[in-house]
Amino acid sequence: METLTSIINLSLLASMVRISTPLILASLGGLYSERGGVINIALEGIMLSGAFTAAAVTALYHNPWIGLIAAAGAGLAVSFIHAVASIRFRANQVVVGAAINILFLGVPPLMSGALFQSTGSTPQLPREQTLPDWNIPLIGQVPVLNQLFSGHKPIVFFALAMVPVTYYVLFRTRFGLRLRAVGENPEAADTAGISVERMRYAGVLLSGLLAGIGGAYLSIGQNSLFTRNMTAGRGFIALAALIFGKWHPVGAFLACLFFGGAEAISIRMQGVVAIPVQFIQIIPYVLTLVVLAGFIGRATPPRAIGQPYVKEK
Amino acid sequence: MTDGPKYAIEMRGVTKRFGALVANDRVNLAVAPGSIHAIIGENGAGKSTAMNILYGFYKADQGQILIDGEVRSIEGPSDAIKLGLGMVHQHFMLVDTLTVTENIILGAEPLSGMAIDFAKARARVLDLSNQYGLQVDPDARVGRLSVGQQQRVEILKTLYRGARILILDEPTAVLTPQEVAELFSILRGLREQGKTIIIITHKLAEVLALSGNITVMRDGKVIGGLATKDATASELARMMVGREVLLRVEKREAEPRSPTLSVQCVSLKNPDGGVALYDVSFTVREGEILAIAGVEGNGQTELIEVLAGLRRPDSGEVRLDGRNITPLGPHERKSLGVAHIPEDRRRRGLLLDFDLAENSILGLHSDRPVSGAFLLNKQFITARAERLVKDYDVRPPDIKLAARGFSGGNQQKLIIGREFDSKPKLILAAQPTRGVDIGAIEFIHRKIIELRDAGAAVVVVSAELEEVLSLGDRVIVMFGGRIVGEVDPKTVTEEELGLMMTGG
Ligand SMILES: Nc1ncnc2c1ncn2[C@@H]1O[C@H](COP(=O)(O)OP(=O)(O)O)[C@@H](O)[C@H]1O
Ligand SMILES: [Mg+2]
Repeated sequence: METLTSIINLSLLASMVRISTPLILASLGGLYSERGGVINIALEGIMLSGAFTAAAVTALYHNPWIGLIAAAGAGLAVSFIHAVASIRFRANQVVVGAAINILFLGVPPLMSGALFQSTGSTPQLPREQTLPDWNIPLIGQVPVLNQLFSGHKPIVFFALAMVPVTYYVLFRTRFGLRLRAVGENPEAADTAGISVERMRYAGVLLSGLLAGIGGAYLSIGQNSLFTRNMTAGRGFIALAALIFGKWHPVGAFLACLFFGGAEAISIRMQGVVAIPVQFIQIIPYVLTLVVLAGFIGRATPPRAIGQPYVKEK
Repeated sequence: MTDGPKYAIEMRGVTKRFGALVANDRVNLAVAPGSIHAIIGENGAGKSTAMNILYGFYKADQGQILIDGEVRSIEGPSDAIKLGLGMVHQHFMLVDTLTVTENIILGAEPLSGMAIDFAKARARVLDLSNQYGLQVDPDARVGRLSVGQQQRVEILKTLYRGARILILDEPTAVLTPQEVAELFSILRGLREQGKTIIIITHKLAEVLALSGNITVMRDGKVIGGLATKDATASELARMMVGREVLLRVEKREAEPRSPTLSVQCVSLKNPDGGVALYDVSFTVREGEILAIAGVEGNGQTELIEVLAGLRRPDSGEVRLDGRNITPLGPHERKSLGVAHIPEDRRRRGLLLDFDLAENSILGLHSDRPVSGAFLLNKQFITARAERLVKDYDVRPPDIKLAARGFSGGNQQKLIIGREFDSKPKLILAAQPTRGVDIGAIEFIHRKIIELRDAGAAVVVVSAELEEVLSLGDRVIVMFGGRIVGEVDPKTVTEEELGLMMTGG
């Protein structure tokens, strides 16, 4: 019983929120891209580019906010490559995504070696040069909420806010309606006078923006340096969450919390229960597999997903 | 209409190529304002291409377009919409997962602040649907509507965007006779309210009933134009095809013998749980053609799939010459003498990027003599392909040309050659003449009747009433996955059949 309460308690939920943050951002990013009809398996690579850029820029300019903005810019730039290849040149979207992932496994160590004479990681940032902990004024007074939502990095609040924002954008605005139409039936959108290309660019770029920020959270929020492959598959888990959440912002959010919770528990269990730590660490990944295997047939993706839009054959 | 421009729409010398193919060759067209103008022509004549150019969906290589007497450059659909054009495409341009209202406002959404003003949009949709008599539930998901209702949504879409000139591309192809009548009264109503309407079709009776003027197209060119009051069906058919055509099939009385195919109590569920087929039973005998009539989507596709071995029924039996073949797959059935002419020839009948010779062995690729122990027998394949091309009049007779490069009619002749060459005892022909020109239709019908006379049993599924009635020795009607009755093709009227097809 004591073991159990030491694992499952309020601070576990708080750490679940923290761990879920990069997943939520990447997942919502993927949602914009895929709702517009472009498969984005490059989330992993985009996050890596964001994580590295954030740490490197902060190390150079000693200001995490500049690092954060640079990470968003890096995410945009990488996703722009994705967009040009898959929309303009109609390349196979899965291949483009895979190529980006492989590329950004290698690029950060290379640049890190050139900039900081160390390929393994970027320099350790002093604590005051990572993103600050924020407290929300009123919530500080409410007991449970205080423990859950106080003292997080700004990106955590940003991620939480992005869930309703994405819902609103997708289902209430002109942009969202058009994006969904383009992802379901691009010809119909085209004949209604909507530029399929432009909508798809917007979707993919938004995914880069959000996943880039999600990556920054890892290197200048949760940690204070970039290490090789520090995303460790989070981009793919975010993608899984997107599918598990049926390409719906709230669904994806809940799925991210689920996967984040699994990881939070597995971290707690290390050292508390007598199971080799490697086994505990694989829990989130195994869960992802199990959930997806049981679920994948039942989620209907946007109908035009993965298909480049070609008018005249 | 006294001092307005003479024509609402004019196309002058419009040419459009797709690769080497000239889909529109110096097309001229003039449509008077406030009229219903029909464009007729066989499939592949270039009608849709011409309209898509007007609508800015394709860009012309040459030529001019005049709207209300002024030369306009239409770069995309949004330009066309601004000029007052609206188009209902042959394949509906709707997003199934969105609601009726969302589909209608797509591209011109009313806003309040940052959000779409859904209340206003919905009210406007209701207004329009009352004004023009186009009843449809504004909140329904489009994917759940019937084809007729979806078409109303398409028309509403154009009206919502303020269209004064409506283009309808083969709007009747997917409708039941009753729905066609409703559509026509809607179109007449729209004309009364001052709209100009262009309607594409290849059904001559409809043209004569509805339009004021007719333009005939063939092989990408405009062959001629005339006022409907001066036109007759046989003259229009001759203009469309370029020679005299027999509009009716000529065949002897059937001499059916013992049963070849017997279907007993076959039921099938769709993956989503809906009923695709329910308790379907019938027999087809040697030397007879059974035609299955029905509005598309009432189980015909699934029935043919079950008969061809592409899907297993949930219950019931399929017997060929008394033998239960229910568990057999398509290849085994093929070797027992079942030929299948699939409904969607581009997806199921051909590999579009493979050449004619390669396509001519699909399904036979692992059998001798097409294949040896390890390698394909190229000599045999070439010789056989050459022979098929000759026997089945496939044009151009180039066995190295990719299937994509043939017209619909010639693609179909290739499939029919491939399937009929082995003298099958059962023929499953789904929409055998869809998208096929009248000349090739004649040929395909003749081949089917030849095989029937040689003793084959034939099942024909067709959405064309004329085809069902002229080809079928017996006719059964499907509705909602069931067989709702059998009629005598010699005595039944199209109205009676239409009523049965809609469950009446
Ligand atoms: N998008 C396209 N790409 C290539 N070829 C096309 C395309 N659209 C039509 N065609 C070809 O152009 C010709 C005319 O087609 P279409 O205008 O659709 O004829 P219709 O509407 O009269 O049946 C056909 O041979 C067709 O295969
Ligand atoms: Mg057409």
